[in-house]
Amino acid sequence: MAHAIFFYIFSTIAIISAIMVTVSKNTVHSVFFLILDFISISCLFIMIGAEFLGMIMLIVYVGAVAVLFLFVVMMLNVAQQTNQWFSSAYSSRHIPIGLIISIIIFFELIIVIGGWKYKPDLFNQKDLNFTDTVSNTHSLGQILYTDYIHIFQISGMILLVAMIGAIVLTFRQREGVKKQNYIKQISRERSEGVEVLNVESNKGVKIDD
Amino acid sequence: MIEIGLGHYLTLAAIIFSIGIIGIFLNRKNIIVILMSIELILLAVNINLVSFSIYLNDLAGQVFTLFILTVAAAEAAIGLAIIVVYFRNAGTIRVEEIDKLKG
Repeated sequence: MAHAIFFYIFSTIAIISAIMVTVSKNTVHSVFFLILDFISISCLFIMIGAEFLGMIMLIVYVGAVAVLFLFVVMMLNVAQQTNQWFSSAYSSRHIPIGLIISIIIFFELIIVIGGWKYKPDLFNQKDLNFTDTVSNTHSLGQILYTDYIHIFQISGMILLVAMIGAIVLTFRQREGVKKQNYIKQISRERSEGVEVLNVESNKGVKIDD
Repeated sequence: MIEIGLGHYLTLAAIIFSIGIIGIFLNRKNIIVILMSIELILLAVNINLVSFSIYLNDLAGQVFTLFILTVAAAEAAIGLAIIVVYFRNAGTIRVEEIDKLKG
């Protein structure tokens, strides 16, 4: 009973905020609704028993990805980015096509779900009293570092490639910025740094001519 | 209605998936919102995987959700970097004005 109440609350919040992500005129607002969507879905994950994934969703999406989106939205010019697909005459052509395609996909998915022949060992009504001695995080860690170790390391490589790619894409060499050149400093010889001059009396010497 | 089964979670995932597709099609102004719609679609896939993994008592679904999370984070980082570079070069990120490739 409590499961049903919480499921309906969180799924309603998730659906409404997903609609608001696409509809809202201000891009900053849609980023905030995306954060709300992720939070409610991670509450659903924790409720259904996948608590490790729920927490990881909070950390990765709300903590990193959404903040990245916010940074980019606020870095670029927000004033010209107002999202006005209702009023634009050009964009009104796309509204029926998009609606038709997404409604078709939605009903296909519903037909698949409704006609699904479940496996015989599927617990369709899972009781959510977790009296297991092994927690979700523990069991996930046990198979993640043994059976799936290669895929895990490949995903680390994907993150490394993404990091290097993002740095290379956004790196910009600025003109006229004074920088320290270690190689040049270390490889300096005495002959190019110091010069012994013979100073005549009462005349001085002129440096930097 | 009162007993929540696998079908409820799959229906929720289907609704969020279709909202993401609507977002991609209908948004003709701002390319960042299209990236957010792609994140919504990946989220719907994650809901499917997690609910099947819970109701089938098989942890492989949760492991793959972790990998989808990784790929989604990498994709968001790369996509936003491309958007920043494009904005620096072209001065706009409106979908209508990104027509250099004549698509």
